[in-house]
Amino acid sequence: MLETKLDLVVVGGGPAGIAAASKACELGMKVGLVENREVLGGIPLQCVHTGFGVHVFGEDLTGPEFVYRLIDRLQRADVGLFLKSHVHSIELKAFDEKIVTVLSPKGVQRLYAKAVVFSTGARERTAFEIGVTGERPDGVYTAGEAQTLMDLYGLMPGRRVVIIGSGDVGLIMARRFALEGAEVKAVIEVLPYPGGSMRNVVSCLRDFGIPLYLSHRVVSIRGGKRVEKVVVAKVDEEMRPVPGTEFEVECDTVVVAAGLRPNVELLEKMGAALDPATGGPVVNETLETTVPGVFAAGNALVINDLVDYAVEQGERAAEGAHEFVSNRSGSVAWKRVVKGRNVRLIVPHYVSGERDVVFYARVKSPERRVFFELLGSDLKLYQQGVRPSEMIRLRAPSSAISNLGDRLVFQVRPLE
Amino acid sequence: MKLKVAVIGAGVVGASIARVLSMYENFDVVLLDREPDVGWGASKANTSVIHPGHEEDPGEHPVRARLCVEGNRLWRKWVEELDIPARWPGELMLFYSEEEAQRAARYVELARLNGVPGVRMVWEEVKQIEPWVNPGAVGAVYAPTAGLVSPFEAVAAIVENAVENGVRLLAETEVRGVRVSGGEVCGVETSRGFVEADLVVNAAGLHADRVSHMAGVELDFRIKPRRGEYLLFDENVHVKPRMILHPVPTPVTKGVYAVTTVHGNLMLGPTADDLPEEEKDNLSTTEEGLSRVMEEGSRLLREVPPRDRVIRFFAGLRPEPPRGEWLIKAYDDPWGFVNVAGIRSPGLTAAPAIAGYVLELIAGEYDVRLSRKPSWNPYRVGVTSVRGKSPEEVDQLVKANPDYGAIVCRCRLVSKAEIVETVERMRRIGLERVTVDGVKFRTTAGTGWCQGQFCRWGIALIISQATGTPLHEVTVKRAGYGVGDVKVLLRGGSSC
Repeated sequence: MLETKLDLVVVGGGPAGIAAASKACELGMKVGLVENREVLGGIPLQCVHTGFGVHVFGEDLTGPEFVYRLIDRLQRADVGLFLKSHVHSIELKAFDEKIVTVLSPKGVQRLYAKAVVFSTGARERTAFEIGVTGERPDGVYTAGEAQTLMDLYGLMPGRRVVIIGSGDVGLIMARRFALEGAEVKAVIEVLPYPGGSMRNVVSCLRDFGIPLYLSHRVVSIRGGKRVEKVVVAKVDEEMRPVPGTEFEVECDTVVVAAGLRPNVELLEKMGAALDPATGGPVVNETLETTVPGVFAAGNALVINDLVDYAVEQGERAAEGAHEFVSNRSGSVAWKRVVKGRNVRLIVPHYVSGERDVVFYARVKSPERRVFFELLGSDLKLYQQGVRPSEMIRLRAPSSAISNLGDRLVFQVRPLE
Repeated sequence: MKLKVAVIGAGVVGASIARVLSMYENFDVVLLDREPDVGWGASKANTSVIHPGHEEDPGEHPVRARLCVEGNRLWRKWVEELDIPARWPGELMLFYSEEEAQRAARYVELARLNGVPGVRMVWEEVKQIEPWVNPGAVGAVYAPTAGLVSPFEAVAAIVENAVENGVRLLAETEVRGVRVSGGEVCGVETSRGFVEADLVVNAAGLHADRVSHMAGVELDFRIKPRRGEYLLFDENVHVKPRMILHPVPTPVTKGVYAVTTVHGNLMLGPTADDLPEEEKDNLSTTEEGLSRVMEEGSRLLREVPPRDRVIRFFAGLRPEPPRGEWLIKAYDDPWGFVNVAGIRSPGLTAAPAIAGYVLELIAGEYDVRLSRKPSWNPYRVGVTSVRGKSPEEVDQLVKANPDYGAIVCRCRLVSKAEIVETVERMRRIGLERVTVDGVKFRTTAGTGWCQGQFCRWGIALIISQATGTPLHEVTVKRAGYGVGDVKVLLRGGSSC
């Protein structure tokens, strides 16, 4: 069995993983990057739309273009690549000794490392998870599956499409289908407001004349072999279908774009604490999980709106891993980050006050004209409007944090 | 001269009959099914429990009672011979009051009458025997011989072995008539033409009433579909009862079961809803049904995981004959027609025993002097899987075949080598259409927490390569649209 000694193993070769591996290498660590597929890049490879790289490269790129820029940087670093490699298990031998067992067509390999970065991305919620009942014919896809078929395999998943979920993914898929000549019959959103950005509602739906049903749910799917129709109903405030409001939409394809969940299976097995609000691990400001020397970045940490944030987190995790590996991460009296008024989630969960921290947060419900602020400090960010679907990114200087007690409360406060 | 036998229906009953008949020189068996694959009817969607036989009243249903107990015993042998995933954890029929305990005591008596070993009442200690039991339970009837199999994999394994021993499988072949001439059957009319047969065995599950009518017998016999809905939880939820849990049965149903399947998922179900006779394809799930399953599950278990850990729900249809009576009979008129119809619960359990019973029936009724095939091979070996192996063992596998190191299904750890071999085996049993679902049910690839979102199309690609079917014509579940049409731009601009 092959054995390799490393400082850091990065699990997952999407944007966060590539960024983490490049950065770690630049910091002088010996790095291995493990990726399931035969290519690096992750999900953006199948995203032919733009919206990638505005922050990182100052340009609006497509997914593949963005990935090629990242890989370009990676190639200048000396990272050990493990492609077509599946992480079988991770053993915690000691505080700073991890054994990552990897399966690949080359055989089983043991990677010995001091630290691990998880950048395993996310998976999509399925029709079952969101409780769509009815028959189970062919023609029901997650958005990612439909995208894979269309833009990696060159297949058209269907001709008459209903999309469940109006997050950015659902909106972009509606446009993608329309551009390929499919008839997008409806986008169905359970919430009373669109899940994605207004920009996308306009450019993906309005420009193509695609109807958006807010406060509606697909209650069941009908069809023998292939999808024939969906039954849609209006929902009340508790999102329960209102009897008598049902109507049918004929279609041959249902695309489920009902959101993402971080891939944390391995982290869970290692005993890392998870935050029910994010679905990802509980982390401190270096993005270290509750398992020392194990870090998380990208959608495996928290579902991001922008790939740029995933890259930023990858680099932060690499810096954290570097500190851990060089024994500079002693014991810290961590301050807890607490969710105040209208804050649904926020990462990181613990900060020291000794350095600047970038926070990523989402609100519970939409509000207009508000401040997102750190209670007891001058730190506040004015927002014309906040919505659960739009992540708030806030950089807090250490000066704003260090004077506060052991609890940092973030809240959304209306202007009035 | 060999008797040509057409067995209609490649469910667990039809497949078992085919396997048992294949042991003898006397028969030349063809196994027919309307679906593209075997085992896609009632055999696929059920509790997967191999019942001990203490719930069958020998006074009311003597054959059912006898074959259930015998089936339980035979499965132990069959799962070994055929390498079928199975466990034998025993089951607890929970009761919640003294009054219910009285009703439950009857099952110990039935066990005694049926010769079921080891059945007994347990009281407070039930919570030690099974820590996941709901504290509201005051005791249980413990039946140690209860087991679990993977029912679809069982059918697939039985058919593989039957084909190995000379049975011919015709999938996607719908029976449209039974041809009778001079008071004797001479074959079946199918969607693919006429299939000659001296004996026709009707094991058509839900549709066995229709097939019986085609032969002109039991014209009043009607099978009703009884729908059961099930919930399957993520294999990573910690609620994993070791034993099979269920309530004291009612006349309609054995009630909702809680089991940890042979693949390690908590499964709850089924409901029991009688559907109109014409809804024999209605596999719809309903919100009400699923809520009921959750509710009933929480009566059995100390804790039920939240709904958002459910990775899949589904419905199965059980064939419900009049008065719950199995109809197993060999006819004189027309000579050569055999009904194995209305095989409701415990049909999965009894299937191997039913097959033996049908063999005796045929031998007796049609005067066949049975002669064993010396070459008959009782064994079938499953596909070697990566899951459950140590890294060292996997390393050895990869050295022999690098595809064992190419993991296709990440959730369930299924390698490309397993998929490729499964596709080959499906072709070997005679399936013309290798479906993604057929591969899924055989390998478990795509049954994990992501429900195939990362591997379904990879599997379709492997099928495409192995069978020479263009990717867009590979079928996921049934005939028809496949995984989608080709994009317009790839067709050189021709119109759609």
